[in-house]
Amino acid sequence: MTKKIAYTGMFTALAFVFSYIESLLPINLGIPGIKLGLANLVVIVALYLIGVKAAGILSLVRIVLMGFTFGNPANMIYSLAGGVLSFVVMVFAKKLKFFSVTGVSVLGGVCHNIGQILIAIIVVETVSLLYYLPILILSGTVAGVLIGILASVLIRHLEKALAVSQ
Amino acid sequence: MVKFAPPADGRPMKKNDLILIAALLAVALLAYAGVSLYSKVSTNKAEAVVYQQGKEQGRYRLSENTVVEISLENGDYNILQIREGQAEITEASCPDKTCVRHRPISRQGESLVCLPNQMAVEIENGADSGIDGATD
Repeated sequence: MTKKIAYTGMFTALAFVFSYIESLLPINLGIPGIKLGLANLVVIVALYLIGVKAAGILSLVRIVLMGFTFGNPANMIYSLAGGVLSFVVMVFAKKLKFFSVTGVSVLGGVCHNIGQILIAIIVVETVSLLYYLPILILSGTVAGVLIGILASVLIRHLEKALAVSQ
Repeated sequence: MVKFAPPADGRPMKKNDLILIAALLAVALLAYAGVSLYSKVSTNKAEAVVYQQGKEQGRYRLSENTVVEISLENGDYNILQIREGQAEITEASCPDKTCVRHRPISRQGESLVCLPNQMAVEIENGADSGIDGATD
């Protein structure tokens, strides 16, 4: 139990740092919302090695921390929508045991973007944001594959080191 | 008791993952085809329509160069520039500047959105082609 709490804290800090690093290196392709999602790497590793609850908590805490520090509180609702949808879908995808880590990560990446677009359509009341959907599905898939491959390598190597007894 | 989800028997990808990726790419492609069909409508009479919190604030023809300041009650603003048939945000009070970095827009259905200011600029094809062409 204590170990689990310590790992959750450590992983939260790591996800926070990854978000910060990513905010320093924005990918600007003229279309908003395209990013690698380094923080999701930490969430996925936690999901597999620590547990669903810990991964969910760290994902939420990371978003709130980012919103109040290096990010922008006005945009927190969009990050939250993306983060929550992505996390719920990843948990289900993992439970299904139909996909490997990469498949779970791809679903997470795509759902993150879909969640953000949906909430933006509701808040700004502009349906034409759907215009971004194709490119954001594509970028979510690409980012998901990259993060997924990294995550499966990390999970394999960290598995023994992080053994959490339940 | 130690519990682990076996991470994909050592391999980073399974066949199912590849099927998922292919399916998503197909969906993206289809959605792209849909969007480009929709935006292919002629843009001779195209207008940039400014919305704040979903309410229309103004319409500007893309054929006429102009610079408009869109201000909010709380002092926030976005500056919309129309030049050579394209609309872009050149300045904004929001902290993230996503709308400023966005490429200029000109095709039917394209939009510039400033999430913090809840402001959107959309390209519409003029009064005669609007599906719900409201008059005022």
